[in-house]
Amino acid sequence: MNWLDTIFQGILLGGLYALFAAGLSLVFGIMRLVNLAHGDLIVCAAFLILQLVSALQINPFIAALIAAPVMFGIGWVLQYHLLNRTLGKDILPPLLVTFGLSIVIQNGLLESFSADSRRISAGTLESASLGIGVLSAGVMPLLTFASAILVVVALNQLIYRTALGRAFRATSDDVATAGLMGIRPNRIFATATGLAMVVVTIAALYLGTRATFDPTAGPARLIYAFEAVIIGGLGSLWGTLAGGVILGVAQTLGAAINPEWQILAGHVAFLLVLLVRPRGLFPRAVD
Amino acid sequence: MVANREASPPTTAAGASGSRWRVETRTTLSTAFGIVAIAAMLLLALTPFFASRGVVQDLFFILTMLVLAQNWNLLAGYAGLISVGQQLFVGCGAYALFSFVILLGLDPLLAVLLSGVFAALVSVPTAFFAFRLHGPYFAIGTWVIAEVGRLLFAQWKALGGGTGTSLPRDATRDMIGIGFLKETLGLKSAAAVDALTFWVALILLAATMGTMYRLLRSRNGLGLAAVRDNEVAARALGVDAMRMKATVYVVTAFLTGITGALTYLQKARISPEAAFSLTDWTAYIIFIVVIGGIGTIEGPIVGVIVFFLMQNALSSYGSWYLLLMGALAIVTMLFAPRGLWGLASDRTGIELFPVRRILKRGPNHQGTKGGPHG
Repeated sequence: MNWLDTIFQGILLGGLYALFAAGLSLVFGIMRLVNLAHGDLIVCAAFLILQLVSALQINPFIAALIAAPVMFGIGWVLQYHLLNRTLGKDILPPLLVTFGLSIVIQNGLLESFSADSRRISAGTLESASLGIGVLSAGVMPLLTFASAILVVVALNQLIYRTALGRAFRATSDDVATAGLMGIRPNRIFATATGLAMVVVTIAALYLGTRATFDPTAGPARLIYAFEAVIIGGLGSLWGTLAGGVILGVAQTLGAAINPEWQILAGHVAFLLVLLVRPRGLFPRAVD
Repeated sequence: MVANREASPPTTAAGASGSRWRVETRTTLSTAFGIVAIAAMLLLALTPFFASRGVVQDLFFILTMLVLAQNWNLLAGYAGLISVGQQLFVGCGAYALFSFVILLGLDPLLAVLLSGVFAALVSVPTAFFAFRLHGPYFAIGTWVIAEVGRLLFAQWKALGGGTGTSLPRDATRDMIGIGFLKETLGLKSAAAVDALTFWVALILLAATMGTMYRLLRSRNGLGLAAVRDNEVAARALGVDAMRMKATVYVVTAFLTGITGALTYLQKARISPEAAFSLTDWTAYIIFIVVIGGIGTIEGPIVGVIVFFLMQNALSSYGSWYLLLMGALAIVTMLFAPRGLWGLASDRTGIELFPVRRILKRGPNHQGTKGGPHG
């Protein structure tokens, strides 16, 4: 039963990675932008929630509700005024600007909050657990996984059922033609990044309540998110969820064999998928 | 970004007019600068004889950073391979050096060279994986592989595992040439090691710049620029894009590995965190190249000087310094994508290392209208 439990915990961990990855996947799908500062933005959101929790003495879930629109605004402004300027045929400017941004955010957080590890307290929820048959799971990991599914469903509904989603898809297919049809691509891009930041806030809530984080935790989160996206295949949010789950299972299995191999096992799984299926397991987009 | 746009002269004009048109690849200024550069290199080589150890160590740092920067510049600025994982080769080179010296007892200088070979060998399977990803995904892919390298070397208990290890003191003191330096110049061991590593770094820089300059002026350099500017068109004209990119990737891995080994020979202390550091070996390097001017040979030279001055001026402000570097790189990328050197070069037209082929009219001047038959 030990292995079954390990795999189950890995699946639940995959929910967290899928949350990290969903925002990255969304932004890439719509504007072909890979935001190297994605992980640092997650950590930034975690600090925002932490500040709200300690300043207002509120529940972290309510703090995340307040943080989400703030992060949406930050994402919108960031995309509209900075990242939109870098979009174009050349892939160098967006990569280098977001890389610079990543360093700026990391060191800004380091100056503001010191290098100490932090944790957002979720009260009794932290230690609560449920028994499911022979397996038992913490309430927080279950909530994380449920949130990941919810986020994927909601984003898919938005993309395929609403006017905004239609604008997203049109801009993604052909910016110039979408522009001719009365869509303002710059605003669409800004909205998409804002939306991605809302997902980032949800990811940050679970990052902060489940484990400790510090200002330099961002790059590792970016790498996990990236691996989940590539394993799952570009352009499919369900694929991203599956990618997160595979990564999570690989990590917990690695850790079960030797605690030092947790991260390594995840990377190896990623490289194996790259070897066998370079376009990921469930590819949709043609990039 | 498009330094080599005027690569091929219009054949009709060149063919029809014969000697009146010529392709110019160097200017009087660049030739003069070439001489000045060689003189400066020679002068620099004399530094250990009159300067203090601190100065020699600072110069060593600048030289190695410049070698790393030029290599990244060649990768990203010319071959279009934006890697965020060059710390892999610094780390592999450094760890190879330590294992050659500590476990096999090789002479450190020989080990430095072999470490470069090791890094180049590592780059082959790395390229196999990384080249399956394109553009931005290549960037993060190289980063993941560098992380794998860091985690693997942290498992190597013989070299200290996660905490790292130190080079034995006598290993560097018994290095080839140290005894000679001590006898002829009367240097102390530590100063002799500094001087020797400094000279190797200088030779490495000369070799890197020389290789790069020759490559970019050659037929292969044209192919490289063509691939970067439009891969499909270049391939249609018969440029083997994949081979060009792979060659550049392996060559830069070799040079980066040597630099890593040399740096850690001088530091004499290694840990996986430091040797595979994203900040030290990739972030700084990217900022140097971007601020100086990506896609130019002169840019990284300007960048490394700016970097060194800023580091000295702001060293007491801790992470504000990195924050400022990042912000400066963002501003440069947005408003002056060809960096400080690009700004200067656009205003003055000066090119110290011209790699473009410029079509010039010969001595027989005609009117200003049109060409010879125009």
